[in-house]
Amino acid sequence: MVSETNNATLVYERPESLTEMPTFYCPGCTHGTAHRLVAEVLDEMGIRETTIGVAPVGCSVFAYNYFNHDYVEAAHGRAPAMATGIKRVLPKKMVYTYQGDGDLASIGMGEIMHAAARGENITVIYLNNAIYGMTGGQMSPTTLPNMKTTSTPLGRDVEVAGYPIRMAEIISNLDAVSYVVRRSLHNPANIRKTKKAVKTAFQTQASGMGFSMVEILSSCPTNWKLSPSKSLEFIEEQMIPVYPIADFKVNPEIKNIKG
Amino acid sequence: MTETSIIISGFGGQGTLFAGQLLAYAAMDYGKEVTWIPSYGPEMRGGTARCIVIISDEKIGSPVARNPFAVIAMNVPSVNMYEPLVAPGGYMIINESLVDQKIERTDIQPIYIPGNDIAKELGNIRITNMVMIGALLELVQVLPVDELKKALDSHIPERHRGTLPINFEAIERGAKFVQEVLAEKV
Amino acid sequence: MVKKLLKGNEAFAEAAIRAGCEGFFGYPITPSTEFLEHMAKRMPELGRGFVQAESEVAAINMVYGAACTGKRAMTASSSPGISLMMEGISYIAGTEVPAVIVNVMRGGPGLGNIAPSQGDYNQMVKGGGHGDYFPIVLAPASVQEAIDYITLAFDLADKYRSLVFVIVDGNLGQMMEPAELPPMRDLDFITPEWAVDGETEGRERRFLSSIYIDPKDEEVTNIRLLRRKLEIEKNEILYHTEEIDDAEIVIVAFGTAGRVASTAVRQARQEGIKVGLFRPITLSPFPYKEIEKLADQAKSMLVAEMNTGMMLDDVSLSVKGKIPIEFYGRMGGITPFPDEILDEIRRINNSPPTDTDFNAREAWLDRLELIIEGEN
Repeated sequence: MVSETNNATLVYERPESLTEMPTFYCPGCTHGTAHRLVAEVLDEMGIRETTIGVAPVGCSVFAYNYFNHDYVEAAHGRAPAMATGIKRVLPKKMVYTYQGDGDLASIGMGEIMHAAARGENITVIYLNNAIYGMTGGQMSPTTLPNMKTTSTPLGRDVEVAGYPIRMAEIISNLDAVSYVVRRSLHNPANIRKTKKAVKTAFQTQASGMGFSMVEILSSCPTNWKLSPSKSLEFIEEQMIPVYPIADFKVNPEIKNIKG
Repeated sequence: MTETSIIISGFGGQGTLFAGQLLAYAAMDYGKEVTWIPSYGPEMRGGTARCIVIISDEKIGSPVARNPFAVIAMNVPSVNMYEPLVAPGGYMIINESLVDQKIERTDIQPIYIPGNDIAKELGNIRITNMVMIGALLELVQVLPVDELKKALDSHIPERHRGTLPINFEAIERGAKFVQEVLAEKV
Repeated sequence: MVKKLLKGNEAFAEAAIRAGCEGFFGYPITPSTEFLEHMAKRMPELGRGFVQAESEVAAINMVYGAACTGKRAMTASSSPGISLMMEGISYIAGTEVPAVIVNVMRGGPGLGNIAPSQGDYNQMVKGGGHGDYFPIVLAPASVQEAIDYITLAFDLADKYRSLVFVIVDGNLGQMMEPAELPPMRDLDFITPEWAVDGETEGRERRFLSSIYIDPKDEEVTNIRLLRRKLEIEKNEILYHTEEIDDAEIVIVAFGTAGRVASTAVRQARQEGIKVGLFRPITLSPFPYKEIEKLADQAKSMLVAEMNTGMMLDDVSLSVKGKIPIEFYGRMGGITPFPDEILDEIRRINNSPPTDTDFNAREAWLDRLELIIEGEN
């Protein structure tokens, strides 16, 4: 019998692009998963040392503590503007924003739309969990119809609060955009697909093809008031019908760079 | 007084702002201190366009003056606006082609010059402004008239160089008109 | 020295380029738009960053991003646009990154008008955005000064990791004057050790943020900002004086109001009136001590502004009740004429005020009513 320790194969470790700091996300939250996917992609592409991230306001406000590369912290919703400023003076660096649905689709609607319309050569990682997490579970622009939140205690009434905003679909209509897809983190297969999309998004930027965004359906067990596993079911059963997993815009040249 | 304030006022499109700039260039090249300040914003779009040029031997403080020493009035509203404001002993150069009225004040000196007609005669109504500032410098001898021509020669955009001769002629005609008026008075 | 006839806004923009500005982000607004237009033409041809942003909110956050990289970054706008930028301005202050902001002030509040004004004094000098911070504020009074102080603004911003506002009014932005631009600076700046420049090889990651969740940490930051302000007060005060040595009446005025007052002072001197001009160039740090010294020498002061007397309060703090202070102010986008200030000088000379404890604004309003009646 051979010693397990001597012959052990390392199959899983902390990516270099993550710091050793444990995240403060709630149990069952998929932010940690999304962070890891981004970090793995940065490691695999060998771009950790030349990448600048822009953190949002929201649950991932402290993203810069978890990622082991250069980071700045934006004002609420303004991450795409801040990323624009960085990219325009350092065009050779990889620049990405990491934003939630309140940050991106509500207060930052102007900044995201115009960064996309300009075809800014940045990558946007957009986590959509249909709720304001950090402030304790209020309605966000992507909250589902009839979904209960602390600011829609009777459920989102579409007559007065409108309908969910499908950002990937909207942004994919802009001419200057190169890569816009929606993925989900509700099971391992979809997590793997999400990582591929994140990688494609960064590759799009690396080859100078312009704006890329991956919308990632994410869970919020705490504010959805569901267990972590029920939360994953909620994504699959409730969110995906409203937010279909699909490629909305893929610049035909992208297949050439993926290799 | 070593400081001369001049207002050039008219409709948008009459070249008042450019005439003022040319005057400012000429003053600068002649070694004078100078400021040029336009009316700006919505009122320029189709409405009145005016600028004030101050020429001085000393560093200029205020770039605006309530009572200009000389006013070029390219149209009726400009005459009405500035007749009460010209400093006593000052001048009004009035574009008679578009102004069918005489001023009432007797403590300032008017010159009525058919600016548009002279410009048309020379073949381009758009050089009315040059006729008017030629007249101005002949009347208000703050700079030699020739300085305008030198300034035009030095600062005109390359693509407009072909228009130099006709602009020179306009300046000269304006100056000549004033010489003749003044000669008649003597 | 080769002077050229330069248009305010264009000259200011070119001065910023020559000072090494590598990122300009702005939004069109009268009367500052020519600044953006000049940048639109020049920055791309130099291979530098330029974006016409979707709003002033976005523009200032682009400046914020670019400033975090250690590059010289700026925006230019006018009063309502500056109000929109206040969020980003506070974040920039809280993150302690250098940035230069030019405000070509116009009449307000609200949409107001596009005429020249100095009504943003308090917003610029006292803060404007939320939280404790202290911007440097420079107030040039000529095209040449604006060129010089925009250059200085970048140096001060870098030196103190500070926001620097250069405030002019619409007059200065729109006017032409002979002036000389500095030579083009090489972009050989040393990247500061705090810059998030994405060059992580061989060093620890860096991050820049205005968050200090623990109040103790925020207080440390507040103390650092306060100490920096005190140091700036010691080192950087700038002002200009005319005819001040034997002046019995001292006019305190900045920017265009200072220029207009300069003409009035010269005219009054010709009449034999002992009057001088003190024109602050740094409004923050404010030259309190310098004005206090003048209060020991002069018999009265006249503060002239194109607002409701915002700097008047700072002059009062300087004078400490030693001599009477009178106020003269036009508002709403009206630029005063020199003769208005000359009349005030004559009035003060004929019947010198003695009361140091009167409401200068109230007294001024009574006189202003008569002036406005006369104008109509």
